[in-house]
Amino acid sequence: MKPAKFDYLAPETVDEATATLAERGDDARVMAGGQSLMPILNMRLARPELVIDIARIGTLNDIRLKDDMIEIGAGATQAALMRWPDLAAMAPLLAAALPHIGHFQTRNRGTVCGSLCHADPSSELPLCLAVLGGEVVLENARRQRTVGAAEFQTGMLSTAKEADELVVGARYPVARPGAGHAFLEMTRRRGDFAIVGLAAVARGGKMRLGVGGIADRPAVRDWDGLDGDALDDALNAFAWELGGTDDIHATARYRREMVRTLGRRAIEQARDACRS
Amino acid sequence: MPILNRDARHEVTFTLNGETITGHAEPRLLLSDFLRHEIGATGTHVGCEHGICGACTVLIDGAAVRTCLMLAVQAGGRTIETVEGLATDEKFSPLQAAFHRNFALQCGFCTPGFLMSLTEALERNPDPSEDEIRDALSGNLCRCTGYQEIVDAALEAAAELRGKQTGT
Repeated sequence: MKPAKFDYLAPETVDEATATLAERGDDARVMAGGQSLMPILNMRLARPELVIDIARIGTLNDIRLKDDMIEIGAGATQAALMRWPDLAAMAPLLAAALPHIGHFQTRNRGTVCGSLCHADPSSELPLCLAVLGGEVVLENARRQRTVGAAEFQTGMLSTAKEADELVVGARYPVARPGAGHAFLEMTRRRGDFAIVGLAAVARGGKMRLGVGGIADRPAVRDWDGLDGDALDDALNAFAWELGGTDDIHATARYRREMVRTLGRRAIEQARDACRS
Repeated sequence: MPILNRDARHEVTFTLNGETITGHAEPRLLLSDFLRHEIGATGTHVGCEHGICGACTVLIDGAAVRTCLMLAVQAGGRTIETVEGLATDEKFSPLQAAFHRNFALQCGFCTPGFLMSLTEALERNPDPSEDEIRDALSGNLCRCTGYQEIVDAALEAAAELRGKQTGT
């Protein structure tokens, strides 16, 4: 349970990081908080030639409002976002989801963007990014580009990030007036990977539900004015479409039931939050 | 900063329990192993080595973190507090004393991690409910106690520390 050998670079600027990625990106792994990458290195599931530690790039630590988006730098930890004074007002969904991520000790180092890059299907932050329609900002030595949540996560533990690119930040849209949000998660123990995670947004008669932990990436559905049996039918159809399978943690049938039951609960909570 | 070569040992200087310490580490050396084997600070215990059990928890710049998920070379310039720094003049800290009184340990292997996690948790939330204590402790595993005594000790220590702050 010790990492294999690697070279190590802790650049102090984004330019230094992207210049190194341009040269050695194919054999390198970028580390921010290391809360997903370090276990992978310890278990030798990855053996990069070079680890690029971006935690000392001071310009990446900011969390700020810009054009109705919350811009979160790649160095900003989950703990820093939880303590961001505007979080509850600007991003109630994130405020509800963040306490579910690991434990406070891992949130002290784990970053928001690191979680997006790791792209675990059961992760909370990619699910919130998908449901809110956020985006990821990537930079290489020549240019910057922005990729929407739906295009960024391409499958289990895989993203659209190229080997020479650094994720420099993520943008979560600010909650719209009159919108209600809810986040629910089913785990065996506090802080475990979610068996099913659900994020709901309601506004007017419209509702959106995102489900993580079942398919290889977050899945999102939009419904308009559904209620009663029609909503149950829609949730049931969604549960089957996710194609869950049996594993040691839960059966496919159990996962479908969680989507039907907790999906309904999440939507009801989001609707209640609209009215309050 | 230059690229640190994988085969070389690199100088790491940091503050450990108030003392400036310098050691040497290959890039891949975990902070937990560095503290124990290079520095000789064996109070920090190593359990799972992949961030689940919490036994290796220390405070870095005041924040509880898992040292098995950190590299020694990342500790340069940081302030680290370990279980060795809790007692003063060979006297238990209020938290340690509460663990002692409440039988909040049996084999003691997980105890340093629990103490360091609770040190930050009680600092941030001096008046926690039992639920909040259980949430704060969810990232530390104990296979002996069943946790009840640890929760009792944490609540008792919190009460004592509050009393000290208000001078009662």
